[in-house]
Amino acid sequence: MAVRNPFAPQTPGERLWAFAMWAFMIFFIVNFVAMVTAVVVNSFGTRWLNAWLPAAFTTRWYVSAWNEFQLHDVLIVTFEVVGAVVLLSGLLGVPAAYALARRNFPGKQLVILLFLLPMLIPPITFGIPLATVLYQAHFGGNLSGVILANLVPTVPFVVLVMIPFIEQIDPRIESAARVFGAGTFRIFIHILVPLLAPGILAALLLVLVRTIAMFELTFFTAGPGSQTLVVALYYAVYAAGVRAGQSIDAMAVIYMLTTLAWLLIALRFVDPTQIVTRAKREAAH
Amino acid sequence: MSEQALGTGARPAMSLRTRLKLHEIDGVTLLVLPAVLFVIALFIYPFVYGFVLSFQPKAGDWLANYRKFFSDPFLYETIANTFWLAIPATLINVLISIPIALRVRRMHHRRLLTTILVIPITLGTVLIAEGLLIYLGPQGWFNRTLMLFGFGQVRLVHNYTGVMLSLILSGFPFAFLLTLSYVTGIDPSLEQAASTLGAKARARFRLILLPLLAQGLAINICLSFVQTFSVFPSAVLLGAPAGATRVISIAAYQAAYEQYDTSMASAIAMIMGFCQLAVVILILSARSFFYRGAAGGGKG
Repeated sequence: MAVRNPFAPQTPGERLWAFAMWAFMIFFIVNFVAMVTAVVVNSFGTRWLNAWLPAAFTTRWYVSAWNEFQLHDVLIVTFEVVGAVVLLSGLLGVPAAYALARRNFPGKQLVILLFLLPMLIPPITFGIPLATVLYQAHFGGNLSGVILANLVPTVPFVVLVMIPFIEQIDPRIESAARVFGAGTFRIFIHILVPLLAPGILAALLLVLVRTIAMFELTFFTAGPGSQTLVVALYYAVYAAGVRAGQSIDAMAVIYMLTTLAWLLIALRFVDPTQIVTRAKREAAH
Repeated sequence: MSEQALGTGARPAMSLRTRLKLHEIDGVTLLVLPAVLFVIALFIYPFVYGFVLSFQPKAGDWLANYRKFFSDPFLYETIANTFWLAIPATLINVLISIPIALRVRRMHHRRLLTTILVIPITLGTVLIAEGLLIYLGPQGWFNRTLMLFGFGQVRLVHNYTGVMLSLILSGFPFAFLLTLSYVTGIDPSLEQAASTLGAKARARFRLILLPLLAQGLAINICLSFVQTFSVFPSAVLLGAPAGATRVISIAAYQAAYEQYDTSMASAIAMIMGFCQLAVVILILSARSFFYRGAAGGGKG
């Protein structure tokens, strides 16, 4: 009680400034929540013209969205793509991170730069050349092409997130196992994977959330049978007018639920600021 | 380490394995190879391939694609359109994020706020575009609220404003979380010391926080700019894709998927990459012009 916070706003000018900051933040969040709510309300509404709320509520748009947009197939494709991307980026990324964390070989900085580039350059810039190459190799327009394209930013992401996790594990544990005759593979399975499990889980959950929402790379490489949910949503909004707006919003709600469910799971294991900053911190050095 | 110390002496007949081991290259190091080869095959190679392809146009000499781009106003104006969106959006997002991050860092429920702000980033631009189409549309809640307070209806979608708002909605949380992570890395005792010595908030910011934040802010501006510069879904869905928000990514997409001219599309992608690179270099060199000295960190 006795200690006064020296940083608390004191003069009227400082109070006004503090108030303006909170006002902006609240305005931002209120508008975002209202935007999401508008999508949800519209997806359950019957007719919504010239009023604050729809005339009545129904769930039939979900049935029609499910049939019109072949959401059953789209969801299966989405989970196939996401599952494969998560698995492969773990298999490629974790061993690479281990090598980078434990060995100080010549050219290591160059390798780290190689992993930083695909994360710093936006997908839309490298997406078109990548799609061209994939189409030439007959990977374009099908599931394998979509998976390969999505791996380009996720493999470096896993590598950069896992390096600090591995560095904090005492190398003497591995040396002890080696003394008792364990090979590299057994050390990996019996020592590193259990110790790294929390880190791997966090990294792969973030990969999962990012891949569900990854629009550009999937959009450039997907054919008619390999669209993920976010690309199907784009095409639906793009061709708005062909279908009922409420149907599109029903699909948007399904997309939001899919993404946010995984985000909630991911947030149990990671600090939200990590989603943006993990890799960027590396870039700062 | 001990091996290295032993091995530095001249030992003429060392096996290749031992020599490699001295440079810390062994079985474990090779684990990096699959990922490196993957990135080279699917990132470096496509980039080089696209670069070469851009000089092999469908018709004309090797520079024909670039000449066409810079002589057709429908194409070269996309650069100006993109900058006209990307620069204000970046400045708004990053500049607003600074005072708010400075305030929020002392908040108790910081995690709740950061969780809320991660949601727009996670949902992505396609969903934000669809949401804003409804929310900001002529019959949407935003315009209804304006009219309730006696203002006129404002046209906010299918134009420049719509795209700008979507860039702020998806870009501000990103810039904010990045700034917050830099701000929380600054040791609070530095500011307390300045405060004890009588420095007011403005002086503390200008003399202590800003120099320590310069590095982080430069990176933040670079990343935010590069993201807004590659705006695509919201420019199509929420903007006027044939007019004011015909950004460079739309031109690249149309060349590749509507005219099936991958050579031209690669040329546009290279121009897009070049613009981003030029701005990034400009910002990073401007930072060293403004502030020299122990940058970054701030801890300890």
